[in-house]
Amino acid sequence: MAPSLRIKDRHAEHKAFVSRALVLFAIAAGMALVLVIRMVQLQVWQHDVYRTRSDENRISVQPLAPARGIIYDRNGVPLAENRPIFSLGLVRERIGDLDRFIAELAEVVSLDRDDVEGFEERLMRRRRPFEPIPLKLSLTEDEIAALAVNRHRFVGAEVEARLARYYPFGELMAHPVGSVRRVSDEDLGGLDPVRYSATRFIGRRGVEQFYESSLHGNIGSRRVETDAHGRVRRVLDVSLPEAGQNITLHLDSRLQVAAVAALSHRRGAIVALDTQSGGVLAMVSNPSYDPNLFVSGVSRGQYNAWLNSRDKPLFDRAINGQYAPGSTFKPVVAIAALAHGLVDWEEEILDRGSFRLPGGERIYRDWSWQIDDSGGQGIVNLNRAIYRSSNVYFYHLGTRLHIDQLAETARQLGLGRVTSVDLAGASPGLVPDPVWKRGAKGEPWYPGDNVNLSIGQGDLLVTPLQVASAAAVIANRGRWVRPRMLLASDGPLTEADPPPPMAPFEGLSPEDWERLVNAMEAVIHRGNQGYRQNGTAWAYIGRGLGYRMAGKSGTAQVVEIAQGEEYDEELLDEYSRKHAWFVAFAPADDPVIAVSVLVENGGGGSSVAGPVAREVIDAYLLPRIARR
Amino acid sequence: MAAAFLQISWRTAFSRLKGADPLLCYALGAVIVFGLVVLHSAVDGNGPLFRAQVLRLLLGVLALAVAAQFPPTFYLRWAPWLYFAVLLLLLLVFIGGVTVKGAARWLELPGLVRFQPSELTKLALPMMIAWYFHDRPLPPTFKDVVVTLALIVLPVTCIMMQPDLGTAILVLVAGVSVILLAGISWRWIGWATVGGAALVPLMWYGLKEYQRQRIITLFDPESDPLGAGWSIIQSNTAIGSGGFFGKGLGLGTQSQLEFLPESHTDFIIAVVGEELGFLGIVSLLALYMAIVGRVLFIAAQTHHTFSRLLAGALALVFFVSLFVNIAMVAGMLPVVGVPLPLVSYGGTSVITLLAGFGIIMSIQSHKSW
Repeated sequence: MAPSLRIKDRHAEHKAFVSRALVLFAIAAGMALVLVIRMVQLQVWQHDVYRTRSDENRISVQPLAPARGIIYDRNGVPLAENRPIFSLGLVRERIGDLDRFIAELAEVVSLDRDDVEGFEERLMRRRRPFEPIPLKLSLTEDEIAALAVNRHRFVGAEVEARLARYYPFGELMAHPVGSVRRVSDEDLGGLDPVRYSATRFIGRRGVEQFYESSLHGNIGSRRVETDAHGRVRRVLDVSLPEAGQNITLHLDSRLQVAAVAALSHRRGAIVALDTQSGGVLAMVSNPSYDPNLFVSGVSRGQYNAWLNSRDKPLFDRAINGQYAPGSTFKPVVAIAALAHGLVDWEEEILDRGSFRLPGGERIYRDWSWQIDDSGGQGIVNLNRAIYRSSNVYFYHLGTRLHIDQLAETARQLGLGRVTSVDLAGASPGLVPDPVWKRGAKGEPWYPGDNVNLSIGQGDLLVTPLQVASAAAVIANRGRWVRPRMLLASDGPLTEADPPPPMAPFEGLSPEDWERLVNAMEAVIHRGNQGYRQNGTAWAYIGRGLGYRMAGKSGTAQVVEIAQGEEYDEELLDEYSRKHAWFVAFAPADDPVIAVSVLVENGGGGSSVAGPVAREVIDAYLLPRIARR
Repeated sequence: MAAAFLQISWRTAFSRLKGADPLLCYALGAVIVFGLVVLHSAVDGNGPLFRAQVLRLLLGVLALAVAAQFPPTFYLRWAPWLYFAVLLLLLLVFIGGVTVKGAARWLELPGLVRFQPSELTKLALPMMIAWYFHDRPLPPTFKDVVVTLALIVLPVTCIMMQPDLGTAILVLVAGVSVILLAGISWRWIGWATVGGAALVPLMWYGLKEYQRQRIITLFDPESDPLGAGWSIIQSNTAIGSGGFFGKGLGLGTQSQLEFLPESHTDFIIAVVGEELGFLGIVSLLALYMAIVGRVLFIAAQTHHTFSRLLAGALALVFFVSLFVNIAMVAGMLPVVGVPLPLVSYGGTSVITLLAGFGIIMSIQSHKSW
């Protein structure tokens, strides 16, 4: 209890307080000095570091994306253009309960699971604070209006406008024009990182891919002062982007529409070439897809459906579909034999409907045996062999030709190789020869291979584009024009120089050419001649033609089920049926258009593919004739 | 009668203010004006915000004038009552408090105002401790220290649980300052320091996750540049880029372009540093030190223990709050919510702070009673 006995000594307490206060003030002053030293460190010694950091904070260089060049058809109709689209992004930092926010947003804007999942994925990535994260890529007018009305409810939802690719023809032009797709991480490896720094979409497939660098244009930039939320407060300077080149294609959208209509729902392809220039007037591959979906974002489900579909909508049959040409190959065999002097127009052969190699077991039949198992085509010369499509006649020619002669001619006519100027990813097909066979199959070349080849079967593979292109060479009597898409552009394009012109096909006299064309005219026009005397296609397309058309039908066996497809009892029937081919050009004496038609598993070439070819040529020629 | 009474009190009030310590008044006025100028720049012409702060300051000056009217004996008499009333309010916060940004700090009088009882504690607690010591012989005995520490721990715990670490620290400082000024022996201070240091690791486990993050961030702001480290990086950048003379009022890119978070509240010293430079910060610091020194001087001149201890404690709390704020913005202390006194935008703090200066003026004009 000692302390409580102490007496309060006011004077001593005062003195003690003063000394305490002095000591504490001294400590405070020392601490203040520490602050001052810290400020000297920050503001004097490290000033330069922080000044730089502050400038880096506020000044950023923003890339400005160039507007992509517009693609027109030959009549100036836009096939690919740019439209403003409005995308919705969320600023995470401004939103409290994200799940509830999105749920409420979904009442105004249609959001599916892909949108939300994609958003959540992007949310995880590294980003600047206050940078809007895309939620939905294209908003409808109604959604934009609804968002505007409800703006107070959705603080943190930002609508951004930008130009996006738009394909007015949708599926109709998807294959030849191609589409732009979101730049992927794989793309980035091969792209100039500066030039593409503002680019979100890159051309894939078709013209969009081939002319990517010209269509893309040159990037611009601006130095801006941004605030911490990424909003631009002040533009310091700008260098404007240079829009991509506008280009005009040979494609004729009206003809394309007619061709799509002619093929209707059938799987297959059509290629129509301008025989003068080689320009692709129409190029159809059915089924197709809507390229606009790649711009707005294809859902995973949709993309998988496309990939797994047995009808392969993403597959461009016109340039990548490789099929046996069947009888459409016969004119090529005729040309080879004529060029090497192995046949003339007078020689006749008795076609009894079957053929056997000397000393061989196997019987090769005419196409007609299944129909009425009798007699073949009778006495046949080259002319009749073409318009009646006599297999036996061509078996004979095939055995006469050395395989190298036939393969050489086929290649000169553009088979087994890529001759097109600017068709991205066109397939070369396959012209088999002994070297190839030894390498690929490990087998020698047999005479039977010649026989198969002579009617366009065996290992021979061609694309519809190649068939049309070969027809154009015949139409031009040996003169070559490479198939091409580009008709004109604003200025020179940066794409690789076009390949050198193809050498004309030598070896046939003008008379040979005329007779060959005449025989192909007879395929279509020779009619009312009685049993087994008409052209194979006359009954289907030969009547009521307002112009002379030359052509050749083909029916190709589907030998085996294509790789990667499952054996499916129900589908087997349809997918193992024969492919129907028809190739034609018109007018026969002065051709302007060559067309090839392939209908997958369509059946007879003349009956199925023939009418399609005629419809396409009609659509192209009849208005021209009427105009004249 | 009433009118005459009013007249008299007006006159006495005026004479009190006239007799108020000029140096303290000028320094306070200078800091307030300085603060308003910087705040005007920091809110970037946001009129309503600026006007709200002016109004708050006017209320604070009013509170100062009113508080200066009561003699220290009044505060002495009411100190225990005020202390327990505040304690009650702190407990009420738990029951009926308004939660803002995850912390329940506010009490709402429906239709009236929202205020933080924790701010009131900054005045009530030192008053209580000074009351406890005022008639006891000093230096304090061990028992005195234990009792006063208990008186301190009660409100501090309440405030920490809200949670409001910043205010809790300041309240703790307010209470402990009185014990220090009361003359507790240096040896005990030494032991307390050692014990406190030993408790640091234990405290680590008592901290909330976000508080730990702030401490980690202090030592390595780059560890989370977009999250917790963002504030420190940006405030250092703001201060450092200001240089010696600053970028000029309203021209600070860090604050004007909103890189600096909380630029008008807790981080306003960074705006001073960026726009007015080293000179601006040192000037402000000099004004602050003038206030602290002057209040300690006033305390030292006072003849009554209660007044002396209270005034001295208020000076020390004032200093600690400005020190903690500046040190935290400069990246020397973890980020705790301590505003820069008289300059930061907001809250009850300006009013209670100025009320505190009113009490000091009352003490100054009643040096001996």
